[in-house]
Amino acid sequence: MNIFRLAFAYARRRPLSTLLVVVMLALGVATVALTLLIAHELETRLTRDAEGIDLVVGAKGSPLQIVLAGVYHADVPPGNIPLSAVTALRGNPMVAQVIPLALGDSFQGFRIVGTEPELVAHYGGALEAGELWSLPLDAVLGSDVARAAKLRAGDRFTGSHGLAEGGGQHADARYSVTGVLAPTGTVLDRLVLTSLASVWAVHEHHGEDEANARREVTLALVRYRTPLAAASLPRAINSDTALVAASPAYETARLLTVFGAGVDLVRAFAWLLVAASTLMLFVALAQTLDERRYDLAIMRALGASRAQVAFVLLAESLFLAAVGTLLGIFLAHAAAAALPWWMPQVAPLAVAARQFMPEEWAVVGLAIAVGIIAALWPAWRAYRLDVAATLAEG
Amino acid sequence: MFELSGVLHRYGAVTAVEVPEWRAAAGDAWLLAGQSGSGKSTLLHILAGLTRPTVGSVTVNGTDLAALSESARDRWRGRNVGLVPQRLHLVAALDVRDNLRLAQTLAGLRVDDDRVTALLEAVGVIEFSRRLPSQLSQGQAQRVAIARSVINRPALVLADEPTANLDDAHAAQALELLRGQAIEARATLVVASHDARVRSLLPNLFALPAWNVAAI
Repeated sequence: MNIFRLAFAYARRRPLSTLLVVVMLALGVATVALTLLIAHELETRLTRDAEGIDLVVGAKGSPLQIVLAGVYHADVPPGNIPLSAVTALRGNPMVAQVIPLALGDSFQGFRIVGTEPELVAHYGGALEAGELWSLPLDAVLGSDVARAAKLRAGDRFTGSHGLAEGGGQHADARYSVTGVLAPTGTVLDRLVLTSLASVWAVHEHHGEDEANARREVTLALVRYRTPLAAASLPRAINSDTALVAASPAYETARLLTVFGAGVDLVRAFAWLLVAASTLMLFVALAQTLDERRYDLAIMRALGASRAQVAFVLLAESLFLAAVGTLLGIFLAHAAAAALPWWMPQVAPLAVAARQFMPEEWAVVGLAIAVGIIAALWPAWRAYRLDVAATLAEG
Repeated sequence: MFELSGVLHRYGAVTAVEVPEWRAAAGDAWLLAGQSGSGKSTLLHILAGLTRPTVGSVTVNGTDLAALSESARDRWRGRNVGLVPQRLHLVAALDVRDNLRLAQTLAGLRVDDDRVTALLEAVGVIEFSRRLPSQLSQGQAQRVAIARSVINRPALVLADEPTANLDDAHAAQALELLRGQAIEARATLVVASHDARVRSLLPNLFALPAWNVAAI
């Protein structure tokens, strides 16, 4: 028969008010924790995917669009650039590496990217099975793609036109899977990789010679040889009429600022929920104090000290706050784990469900503070209770 | 067993109770008689160490209550005093058995379930041990309150108007139970009552004069 059991017994005596307080606190804590988890995972991914890419070069369009299309494979690219532009970049002494990307088709919502084997190396990818592409219409699948489509090396599939799901199928785009990549935790996991030649073969129905002259790619990922390049190379490229150079670091920072404002707003609302549940917990305790002071008086008569009866109220408050908080943290992780079913377009962020962030401890600490703050005044009144007068008034 | 001398308690300018001298021996069973408002409850609270008298000394079982700090008095009360308040005051959130265990816990003693069971059997409410106080009749609740008052084998048992709401048969029963349990626990018993029916059932009498009511 300890104080916490007593607190539990009291909480059970008024199930509705207990439920309301716990659920509201849980929702507030869950929202705070979920925004922490998702924002952290998103930031990590955005940073990781852009790592080692100093510049993305594409056709005239907004720099953000070019970065979204080239680094995150999340937006439609503005258009194509001539292969000669890639060749020219490769000849530039300030450039260490250029990886061309040819976009246009997809498979079950995953993008088919015509590129060179350097892209796999760039993201630290390794073959889990099979081998890299060698012939046109050979394809290597990222791990998410292979799992979602249930394809293995040696299988065949047909690409569809356009980057979104539901485009018309290319009758002549019968790819054969030559390899599957191991998971990298980057955007590579969600790509279908093939040679530039495959993309050209699928899209060009003219004679080889004519086509060769008009070869195009969509974007080029550029790595500088020297940090000094950042000062002059983008300007040089942008002065070329047909090309735009966008810096992933800059665009990502801009994106995170905009996104961060949204997250802050959601989080502010969540804190409001936490504050409201503190108030409700306080009201619930204060209300029961009137009927409960007889109980507290008899407990004093049975030998409890002032501090002990005050602690009964504190314990009850802490108990409810703890249940609400733990439920909230659990809900946050459950919601993160449910992301693939809930919002398929952000499915990779579900990784967040499996990690526990240090900031979540701060949320737990805060909920303990909620329990203490809500109980302060009721506990003080219990402490000050005039036992003899209360017993006498009966 | 206990000794009061020169005890006087005032609320503001109003004297609530005045006891020049009262000695009781161990194992005595006293009726503390007086009209309502004569200060019986205040005197019980003084004996329990819940109220500090304005002047005078109170010694219970060799302990001078004035010498104890408030928290020491709380601890002392838990071990040495059993109280049956007029309104019984069972803890509403706990069932009968847990009410008795709570009394052990708050006194700083280990929960002794065998003792709880034996007492609930002795007062005849063992079949209600899992009921909440709100599910008990007045008579059953009083039996539980009596069991609670003796669970820690106190030296002194204090009961405030235990027969107030009972008919003749139940009043006699309740008082017998209280006496029996006090004897069992080897406790001194003080029953505060203005009920004439109680007089014949308790051998010792201490009467408070009615003039205490409005004395200035």
